[in-house]
Amino acid sequence: MKPGHGFRALLAGMALATLSAGANAATEIRVACYSDGNECEATQALLPKFEKDHPDIKVVIDKQAYKAILESLPVQLAAGQGPDIARTTDFGIISQYFLDLRPLLKDAAYWDANYGPTLDWLRADPSDKGIYGLPTQITVSAPFVNKTLFEQAKVEMPGPKASWEDWAKATRAVAKATNVPFAMAWDRSGHRFSGPAISAGAKYFAADGTPAVVDDAFKAMAKSFVGWNQDGTMPKEVWGGQGGGGYRDAFEEFANGQIVLYLSGSWNIARMEKQIGTAFDWVAVPNPCGPAACSGMPGGAEFVAFKTSKHPKEVAEFLDFMASEPIYAEWMATTSNIPANAALQKKGIQYKLSPAGTAAMNVFVQQGALLSPVAYRLQGYRYKQVIFNPIADRLGQAVAGQITVDQALDRISADVKDQLATVAKK
Amino acid sequence: MSDAVAGRSGALARIGASLIGLVFNLAERPMALAQRVLGAPRLPWVFLTPNLVVFGIFTFLPIAIDVYYSLTGGAQLLPADRPFVGAQNFRELFECESYLDPTSCKRDLFWFGIYNTAEFVVLQVGLMVVFSLITALVLNRKIIGRSFFRAVFFYPVLLSPVVVALIWKWILQRQGLLNAALDGAGLSTVNWLLDAHWAFGWTVFVSIWAHMGFYTLILLAGLQAIPRDVYEAAEMDSASPWRVFRRITLPLLAPNLAVVVVLALIRAVQIFDEVYVLTGGGPGSATTFMVQYVFQTAFSQQVRQYGLAAAASLLLASVLFGLTLLQLRSMRSKDR
Repeated sequence: MKPGHGFRALLAGMALATLSAGANAATEIRVACYSDGNECEATQALLPKFEKDHPDIKVVIDKQAYKAILESLPVQLAAGQGPDIARTTDFGIISQYFLDLRPLLKDAAYWDANYGPTLDWLRADPSDKGIYGLPTQITVSAPFVNKTLFEQAKVEMPGPKASWEDWAKATRAVAKATNVPFAMAWDRSGHRFSGPAISAGAKYFAADGTPAVVDDAFKAMAKSFVGWNQDGTMPKEVWGGQGGGGYRDAFEEFANGQIVLYLSGSWNIARMEKQIGTAFDWVAVPNPCGPAACSGMPGGAEFVAFKTSKHPKEVAEFLDFMASEPIYAEWMATTSNIPANAALQKKGIQYKLSPAGTAAMNVFVQQGALLSPVAYRLQGYRYKQVIFNPIADRLGQAVAGQITVDQALDRISADVKDQLATVAKK
Repeated sequence: MSDAVAGRSGALARIGASLIGLVFNLAERPMALAQRVLGAPRLPWVFLTPNLVVFGIFTFLPIAIDVYYSLTGGAQLLPADRPFVGAQNFRELFECESYLDPTSCKRDLFWFGIYNTAEFVVLQVGLMVVFSLITALVLNRKIIGRSFFRAVFFYPVLLSPVVVALIWKWILQRQGLLNAALDGAGLSTVNWLLDAHWAFGWTVFVSIWAHMGFYTLILLAGLQAIPRDVYEAAEMDSASPWRVFRRITLPLLAPNLAVVVVLALIRAVQIFDEVYVLTGGGPGSATTFMVQYVFQTAFSQQVRQYGLAAAASLLLASVLFGLTLLQLRSMRSKDR
């Protein structure tokens, strides 16, 4: 063998290796994900199963803050730089970028049969039959209560038909008896406020279907709510402590035993289990009643696919995998979420929860059946954040004492009108 | 042995010189051509062009895009999809029943932002200059541990604004370090970030704490540049320390002070990051400043009002432009 032959063979080998590596390189799809509890981690844990059956596809989960998804995703998508899939709750403003998965799915009829109602949340109108994403859960808002504090205070917990006023009175008595700083807290979110407002009779929409947020019932609930913040029933820092329409939860205050009742939702069950554990007994209770209903708000995040993706086929394969019954069941069990899958709703999920978590999950499932039609309509509204953000922003200003409740209500109406007018400008 | 090393070094130097010569020779012909075509007076533009291109793409182009956006409406991001609305965004920003009452304005949050920023600038810059000057004067004296204290005062400048805000949030929150200390001392606690006046005061304080070291350094350099013999002459004349400060230190430090004032002004008008993390603009909108208004209008709402945000940012930019001119003038007077 001549000396040059070895070198040539080495070069040929390297070229071959490079070519074959190129041929075997997996298609990468990126998922922008936020976690309420452990949703991104649970998805990540399922990936080895998917990648075993699809060695040519690599799924990368990019975990981000919820706020980052809300604020950055629309800009990324508009700039053509978005991920292939994102987990989000804000569908309206990014709906123009949705990828219709229907022609790409293995069995679209399975999706229609099992995820039908929640698929509508992503559709433009009733004539739209596209499948744009997979619901990662169904959520229901309702209060969590520190049961230990009620027992220590020897105060009886209000019953299932109690009003928000009854709960305010009872939790104030508990807070006073147990030296806890605050009786109640609601997450700083227009979504969370809307459950009590709808129970009070707020309609949110005019007869012609256009948003008409502020009516007498909404006004009454806003006045009660700001009043509870002013009289110390609620901690002002949750709603009044920051500006803008930004979200802030009161979970830490509740987990640290600083609050007797915390209005949040089913997505927090896993977090409750993890962070509170056995520090005190906590329970979920039915939504307090108003003259119109005993309603919370439905909700849910979805994995939505985008048409800017260079790999739509692989995106559909991944979502098909996540939507399949055994995988979805495992996913829901790990994340302690209410499934959006109709078959699994009937069969039930074997949650990996403590007795307290299981009891709370049962309460939330029952609450799902009691939600007002107004709540579903509001949640299904494409520009619901146009309504929710000014509620948090302006009521936050009223809580901080910067403007009066009446001024806040006027501003909510004006802000909603102004933003919808901006959308209408073409 | 050493002769061999010297010989090798000499050879390397010769090779290096030849390479440099080669490069210059290669550049000579195009340069000569450029000079012939453009003429000698225009030749500097050849050297300036690469820089100007970068500057144009990353500075002038964004300004031009901002101006275009300020004249358009709708919620679309891409310029081609946005309808032209003329000066409507500017008109909306200035639509007020009374400019003294932000709640009477159509864009009340914009006016809250303006008033808060103006108040912040006056308070923060005034206090910043005073504290920086006092600190520089103290650190210019022969005190024990002078180098240590210089490092201590400069250290916050090295921290990221987010870290600064998180540290102070941890101290000031309802169950934070400060309230724990007050509680431990038997004093009543205060919800520092929930009362509008306290929250505003703390944003001013935290901002001064974070940036004072930088301005102190500028003033310290100015103090050290004042000739010693001027002070010795004053000492021989038995001038009082106050008179020395007023008649010698302050006039000779004036150019540095002018630079500090203008730089602090520009920084104060741009305030955003620390306050956004510390208070989120709250309580209500008590610490919402102009830049936060621009950010919220453009990026925090479901319907992004880029046109309105661009109009507000142009108004802010015009203030900054005026301040920058002031800075350039003060720099020139310093050079003189």
